[in-house]
Amino acid sequence: MYELEKNNDNTMTLNMGPHHPSTHGVLRFILEMDGEIILSVKPDVGYLHRSIEKIGERVTYPAFMPYTDRVDYVAAANCNVGYALAVEKLMGIETPERAQYLRVIVSELNRIISHLLMTGVLAMDLGAYTPFLHAVREREKINDIFEILCGARLTYNLATIGGMPFDIKETTIRKCLEILEGLKKFLKEFDDLVTNNAIFISRLANIGVIDKETAKAFMLSGPNLRAAGAHWDLRKNETYFLYDRFKFDIAVGSGKAGTLGDSYDRFSVRMKEIETSISILEQAFKSLPSGEVQAKLPKTLKPPKGEVYVRTESARGELGYYIISDGTAKASRIKIRTGSFAAISILDKIGRGLMLSDLVAFMASLDLIAPEIDR
Amino acid sequence: MNNIAITLHNFIIENFGIDINLSLAISYFLIALIFWSFLGVIGGLLTFLERRVAGRIQSRIGPNRVGPQGIFQMLADGIKLVLKEDLIPALADKPLFRMAPYLCVIGVFSALVVIPFSSDIVVADLNVGVLYALAITTMVVMGILMGSWASNNKWSLLGGLRSAAQIVSYEIPAALSVLSIVLITGSLSMQDIIRAQGAWPHQWFFFHNPGTFVAFFIFFTSALAENNRVPFDIPEAESELVAGYNTEYSGMRFSFFFLAEFANVFIISSLAVIFFFGGWQIPHFLISENHIITNIIMIANFLFKTFVFIFIVLWLRWTLPRLRVDQLMTMCWKYLIPISFICLCITASFVLFFGGKSMIAVFIGRITQ
Repeated sequence: MYELEKNNDNTMTLNMGPHHPSTHGVLRFILEMDGEIILSVKPDVGYLHRSIEKIGERVTYPAFMPYTDRVDYVAAANCNVGYALAVEKLMGIETPERAQYLRVIVSELNRIISHLLMTGVLAMDLGAYTPFLHAVREREKINDIFEILCGARLTYNLATIGGMPFDIKETTIRKCLEILEGLKKFLKEFDDLVTNNAIFISRLANIGVIDKETAKAFMLSGPNLRAAGAHWDLRKNETYFLYDRFKFDIAVGSGKAGTLGDSYDRFSVRMKEIETSISILEQAFKSLPSGEVQAKLPKTLKPPKGEVYVRTESARGELGYYIISDGTAKASRIKIRTGSFAAISILDKIGRGLMLSDLVAFMASLDLIAPEIDR
Repeated sequence: MNNIAITLHNFIIENFGIDINLSLAISYFLIALIFWSFLGVIGGLLTFLERRVAGRIQSRIGPNRVGPQGIFQMLADGIKLVLKEDLIPALADKPLFRMAPYLCVIGVFSALVVIPFSSDIVVADLNVGVLYALAITTMVVMGILMGSWASNNKWSLLGGLRSAAQIVSYEIPAALSVLSIVLITGSLSMQDIIRAQGAWPHQWFFFHNPGTFVAFFIFFTSALAENNRVPFDIPEAESELVAGYNTEYSGMRFSFFFLAEFANVFIISSLAVIFFFGGWQIPHFLISENHIITNIIMIANFLFKTFVFIFIVLWLRWTLPRLRVDQLMTMCWKYLIPISFICLCITASFVLFFGGKSMIAVFIGRITQ
């Protein structure tokens, strides 16, 4: 894209972060710059490390649930249900059907929240502040639903092992459907303001192109991988909960603004996924079965000796829980695999040769969340 | 009577009978004080207006607590900024760091000298008014560059360099598009330019010929870019450069940069009104015997048109994302400058073939023949 001339005398080391407006969280990059052009990007992670995995070895299985919220606070519900699923698989617990439906519902609602935030933040990083606030306004409405369901708006702690601690009421479903209708209107408005904006397209098209092979080599997952053209969605390819009962298409990058796998594709994949989530939610509300939401469990959970790896499709890609049990009430080891951590590793490869403004756009399009990188 | 300072000077001489030089000094000082405080208030008002407009656009309310509708928010902000610690980084170049904000403010505020508010009220109707306005506002770039270099901060430096490149480049299309107007009027004086237009839209230079029609858009775009407003706010791009050239500034000095920017919004809007939309011109039936009332109507008319443009500037600010620095330069050198040359040629041929008549006048003339 830009000619790179590595001239050691004329480079400037620029320290981006740990409190830079567009790193969105405590994250630091050491940039080697030639004027405005970036020669190398060194991410410096660890500022938000809270030893969540180590804490998992010190508390009982159900008590770890609130900590999973903090893995990715923008998509906390996804982390909750993912962890619950992992422990259930370890113990061989059968979750009631209604609880599984509820999990699908909260996961998809949370995915919408997360993608709305990402698209808004991307626009904000490109200098348009208004779309961000509009997106947050819509996000608040879904937060209201979460407040009705579980009492919290950001870190939900909404799953228990073996089911869900709450049930959804008919009035809540009606309110939720209303909000989804409003969201569809909002998406149209957002398309007019942002998606089809010429400046917006010119800032994102052909910037930070990640092809399919590179994406796989760097273990990108979720929307970032799909934007590169890969048909890979754990909801379809490795169905969990009851995702196989719903009809939906995998949103894949099309390269309509420039090259396949550019920043614009990553943005538009997320826009499409919001629509997909809306359609899954509508199907789920229509076919919600009745029954219990919590399986009967012993008072203290002691999984048998063994290990399990369960991965789910979170908003930021594959969210994996690897749990080793030694037969006691506390896990011997919990390892969490997150999408952002994989995504940050690609910054140096793709970031070289971009301009500073492009790096900001590229980073926002990868949808990095600092707590998810460090855990 | 197109110089109010001289008018005031004569008034002082007649009534107080003091030394001529002293009287001149006093009258110019008073006028400067009045106009500077006027622009200061306008700048403050614009910060308030911007926040309220932004609130509306972003479906929230904006500041509405201090005074009626929050109008005194600007005073509260100003007092807060004045009371804040005036921080100068240890490794900054202190004299330059201190001087930079004043250069910005001087550059913008001095442009007010040639802005005519009515047929009588203008500080000085220079015969090179257009040139003066275009030249003096360039002093802002010196202030920005000086501040960014003196801050000894890499983000500031990047912002300053971007700003210098941007402002110097966009001077050219702005000046070229104004040249079309100068070609029609044959004068560089602001008052002459306004007098050559009329009160009604068909008499405005905006509709004079296709060349000036396009030239207005080029002028407005370039003026926005010169003023570092969105979508051309790359020198202070807050998501990229933290705050660009004013990263290290705080308190009073920051507020000077801020005030200069907002005063500049007023200046570019008023220049657009003067060059393309008839300035203070009012219809004949509104011109009354009373000189003062006529002037007040003219000022109101001028300020109304100016505030329409200010609103457009704010509207753009809160709607569009910003361009990248290379896209910005491409736009200037590859599109705006050639197009403004073409506009200049169109205007020149129009003036040559139709003797300076506007296209509407020519069209009506053809029909009535």
